[in-house]
Amino acid sequence: MIEFSTWDILRNLLLATRWTILLSLVSFVGGGAVGLLLLFLRISKRKAARAFATYYIELFQGTPLLMQLFIAFFGLGLFGVDVPAWLAAGLALILWSASFLAEIWRGCVESIAKGQWEASASLGMGRLQQMRYVVFPQALKIAVPPTVGFSVQVVKGTALTSIIGFVELSKAGTVVTNATFQPFTVYGLVALIYFALCWPLSRSSQILERKLNVAHRNH
Amino acid sequence: MNYVFEFGWLAQYYLQIVKGVLITLELIAIGAGFGISLGIFCAWARALGPSWLKPIVATYVELIRNTPFLIQLFFIFFGLPSIGLHLGELTAANIAMVINLGAYTCEIIRAGIQATPKGQFEAGASLAMTPFETFRHVVLLPSLQRIWPALCSQVVIVMLGSSVVSQIAAEDLTFAANFIQSRTFRAFEAYMVSTAIYLGLAILLRQVLVVLGSFIFPRRLAR
Repeated sequence: MIEFSTWDILRNLLLATRWTILLSLVSFVGGGAVGLLLLFLRISKRKAARAFATYYIELFQGTPLLMQLFIAFFGLGLFGVDVPAWLAAGLALILWSASFLAEIWRGCVESIAKGQWEASASLGMGRLQQMRYVVFPQALKIAVPPTVGFSVQVVKGTALTSIIGFVELSKAGTVVTNATFQPFTVYGLVALIYFALCWPLSRSSQILERKLNVAHRNH
Repeated sequence: MNYVFEFGWLAQYYLQIVKGVLITLELIAIGAGFGISLGIFCAWARALGPSWLKPIVATYVELIRNTPFLIQLFFIFFGLPSIGLHLGELTAANIAMVINLGAYTCEIIRAGIQATPKGQFEAGASLAMTPFETFRHVVLLPSLQRIWPALCSQVVIVMLGSSVVSQIAAEDLTFAANFIQSRTFRAFEAYMVSTAIYLGLAILLRQVLVVLGSFIFPRRLAR
């Protein structure tokens, strides 16, 4: 039987970590793009658009991410697509994080004083111009800390993709455990690697919150 | 697409689904009860507790909040037996949920304590209450009332997160869905139905918590 040193275990886990990082980046950026679209629907003047965004957000926030992954994994297959695990994982994570980002950003946009909308409307700006030149730049500052904070949820969310067979850090942990019979060491190390990925993000979110505390500056 | 939906297959497995729902509910009831209690204790320790306790609780909170629930669950269920601590799958799932929710609610409740006006602590002290008595009788309930909506959201999030306990063979709702899927090969139907049940549970749980809140906090919060 082959003996595995702690370094062997760690090296294998670190190699799998790049897939966790890559998937997190894809989900976060893709989720941001879809989330921005949802945000515009959510604050649109059209009732149907608002209702669609509301139901979308309710559906994706009200059901487990694991179920969304399962449905993406098995459901896409119904359309005759051969679904690799990474595709289902990326798709489900993008749609899931979009629902949360849209809601976070809506809070930021709505925290901008109503007078700002009215003032820009009185300058004859269209809705997109108001958004682009007046509301968005101000909302952005408020949005940075909670958005960075949510990225931690995305990194942790990628752990679930191991269940549909995407080989990232968690799956590597299971595989290495099966080879080494050292679950205590392996899962301890896996947890520490996740911590090393997430903690800087949540710390910087806290620091940014203090630095960019623009929401309460004028009250 | 020429897939024919057949939800009829699920009917014969209804007992499995009911059992799954009950176990999911049991998990969240125990998780919320003990988790929020743990959160209150940790929030007290971090905001007002003795200085030696603060770094210990802070480490626990940061460790749990920055690692995935799945890994915490695996560590408890697969990892702890190597140091001689064997747990059944339901016990492990319950412990993981309490530990997880405790860390999150700690931060939420701490925000509520810190938002309490300083005068409340001084008022308690002027009535010759010890700091702990002031916390228990004066500060705690209004703090909880302030952050109740956030607390409700967190409980719902953790209920949805509990679906991963199926991975250590705890027989919750997701386990039932997996079971049906493996017997009937009707994956899409099984997961659609269980997802819909989860959505219903989430909406129901939120309503129950809001009503519960109006019983725990009968008086309006003074501004």
